[in-house]
Amino acid sequence: MASSDKVGIAACAASRLGINTHLQMTSPAPIYPHRHLLGIEGLSHLDIEALLDRADTYVALSRQVEKKTATLRGRTQINLFFEPSTRTQASFELAGKRLGADVMNMSVASSSVKKGETLIDTAATLNAMRPDILVVRHHAAGAVNLLARKVDCSVVNAGDGAHEHPTQALLDALTIRRNKGRIAGLTVAICGDIVHSRVARSNIILLNALGAKVRLIAPSTLLPPGIERMGVSIFTDMNKGLEGADIVMMLRLQLERMHGAFVPSSKEYFRYFGLDRDKLDRAQPDALVMHPGPMNRGVEISSEVADGAQSLIREQVEMGVAVRMAVLDALAQHLPNG
Amino acid sequence: MALVEPGMAELQDIELQDIEIVNARLVDPATGRDGRGSILIRAGAIADVNWGEAAPSGGEGVRRIDARGLVLAPGLVDLRAFLGEPGAEFRETLSTGSQAAAAGGVTTVVCRPDTDPPIDDPAIIDFIKRRARDKAIVNVLPSAALTKGLRGKEITEFGLLLEAGAVAFGDGARALRNPQVMRRAMIYGRDFDALIMNHVEDPDLRGSGVMNEGEFASRRGLPGIPLEAETIMLERDIRLARATGVRYHAAMISCAESVELVRRAKAEGVRVTCGVSINNLTLNENDVGDYRTFCKVSPPLRHEDERLAMVAALAEGVIDVVVSDHDPQDVETKRQPFAEAADGALGIETLLPAALRMVQAGQIELAPLLAALSTRPAALLGLACGRLATGAPADLMLLDPDAPHVVDKRKLKSRAKNSPFDEARLEGLVQVTFVGGRVVYEAQAS
Repeated sequence: MASSDKVGIAACAASRLGINTHLQMTSPAPIYPHRHLLGIEGLSHLDIEALLDRADTYVALSRQVEKKTATLRGRTQINLFFEPSTRTQASFELAGKRLGADVMNMSVASSSVKKGETLIDTAATLNAMRPDILVVRHHAAGAVNLLARKVDCSVVNAGDGAHEHPTQALLDALTIRRNKGRIAGLTVAICGDIVHSRVARSNIILLNALGAKVRLIAPSTLLPPGIERMGVSIFTDMNKGLEGADIVMMLRLQLERMHGAFVPSSKEYFRYFGLDRDKLDRAQPDALVMHPGPMNRGVEISSEVADGAQSLIREQVEMGVAVRMAVLDALAQHLPNG
Repeated sequence: MALVEPGMAELQDIELQDIEIVNARLVDPATGRDGRGSILIRAGAIADVNWGEAAPSGGEGVRRIDARGLVLAPGLVDLRAFLGEPGAEFRETLSTGSQAAAAGGVTTVVCRPDTDPPIDDPAIIDFIKRRARDKAIVNVLPSAALTKGLRGKEITEFGLLLEAGAVAFGDGARALRNPQVMRRAMIYGRDFDALIMNHVEDPDLRGSGVMNEGEFASRRGLPGIPLEAETIMLERDIRLARATGVRYHAAMISCAESVELVRRAKAEGVRVTCGVSINNLTLNENDVGDYRTFCKVSPPLRHEDERLAMVAALAEGVIDVVVSDHDPQDVETKRQPFAEAADGALGIETLLPAALRMVQAGQIELAPLLAALSTRPAALLGLACGRLATGAPADLMLLDPDAPHVVDKRKLKSRAKNSPFDEARLEGLVQVTFVGGRVVYEAQAS
């Protein structure tokens, strides 16, 4: 592992200096030991760091004019989205194409799922087309795990219900690491609709694995029961929760998932849990602000903060493509003849 | 090991020949007595019970079965099973369901009324009874819907349904939500001494919940079902039962708080009884694991602390009966993402072997366990079975309580295969089941 760590660190340093790290990618990268990426749960901190190191090299590659590699040439990647998504699907598509894969997008609106075909049938049908990698988003927790058991190819979870969204957590970690130089020891405050958030769950697991101190800030109705046993401290007062935070990670208030009165109004929510200049001033002076998008401006975050100097929101999108390239690359090493 | 030497087919030919089962370990859950002895069966009923090593009492022409020390006990009475008919024959039929029952030592099954159409009319009771007579190999007793069409609005014809043969009233897997309808049902039901049952899970508090609320559900990203969904509806029902004086039975409870509610009500003299599903006695929420839909049941599998509270309450006698909550589900309704899969688990064939885990763990003695599986449910329904007594129907089972086996869902007799105990290592197998003095099941020699 020592030599591979050096490769990672070298690549990381090189990319910050803007040096072309393309050649270094051919050196033996640590083997990602799993066939799928279904969640952050089950990954070791070494697995995670190896993916982040690999992603660093892809950040550099994506900033070049020539962005394509032949890593996935001849491979077929299907993006199977049972839930509408613009940015995640685009990010995976771009990542696959930059690696040279043939990428096909299938979304629920144009598929036979609406005609009563079950998830398993869809999986069997797609499996028969012999894809190499399936990228799946589904509205039900566990659906991607279920699907992964029924197909022969590698599966990437692009978000399943309120369970996990591993590539989002990885891109968040990459963004933090590149800006703060480390993750261990940082205080990260995750704020907002935790109960419906797969992003929060994946981030809690990942940040704990890499040694960050994780705080959750939300009204109690938006906190899942028992979450305090996942290695987090809980705050229902945002001002207190933000004190001394290095990273403020805002979550989208999932208005479309509000199956009941979790909060009375977006006005009241913004008053107590929306991130504005005053609340951000409670955090460290060099605190950085993140959001997985899409944002509800004026609900969970003010435009002043979202577009301000401390915001990393645009950079997160860039890191997303690099992280997904790293994940697809890592999984490809397990493909037959890969 | 062929216990019934001539084989089942030949035995059935000789029909109601007198049978003497000797050299058995008799367990009478009605009295708690457990010891060596023999039993004489004549004309479908228990004619004599001989405790000790006394000489056989039978005379000429009596078929003798040597039990070789196996347990001889009353057949089980299962208050809650879904048997498919009418309307869901693809999930289970009276024939397949009763074969599964017989293989599990269950000799009397109360079938759930939430069929299609529901059992809310005397003609459907009659249909079930006639179908059961022709197709079922164990006793099948229909429970009737509490409200017409299971809609929770108007009560059914309690008097006519009782006359037709209904043994209890409830809306099956649906909770009766409207307290005014429940109050009226109880007031009216008391006049008929009807047994009113309810599935105590408040649908509003359950909301979109799909498993027990808590850390495990939160980690899995699944919406939880809080304990209050059960305790609030149970407490409401108990208060109404106290006010009306009706016989009330909470079909299945699943948490320690509910035990306390029942305990208190019983101490106050309220005519309340309650059941527990074998699932909540032997499994916990961690069995859901990686989204195993066969472990999606209602009430949900709870935290291990709650399961232990259920076991303790059973041993103490606060919980009256154990049910299989047998609910065969088609593969298509289970092969789904967890939140979208149907509730329900097979249970009737594995009921006793699973329950014996508690005996093997030293948590309850065999006789009190069997009382909750036979004597007490029989008493709730006013049946004469569930005891080893002269004159009781010869609904019996011969049980090898230590026989180790691995459950194989493909070998279960139900039409569906959704067993949460698939591949479980269990000890205890029924060897022979008698209904009305006839052998209806004999284990295959392994």
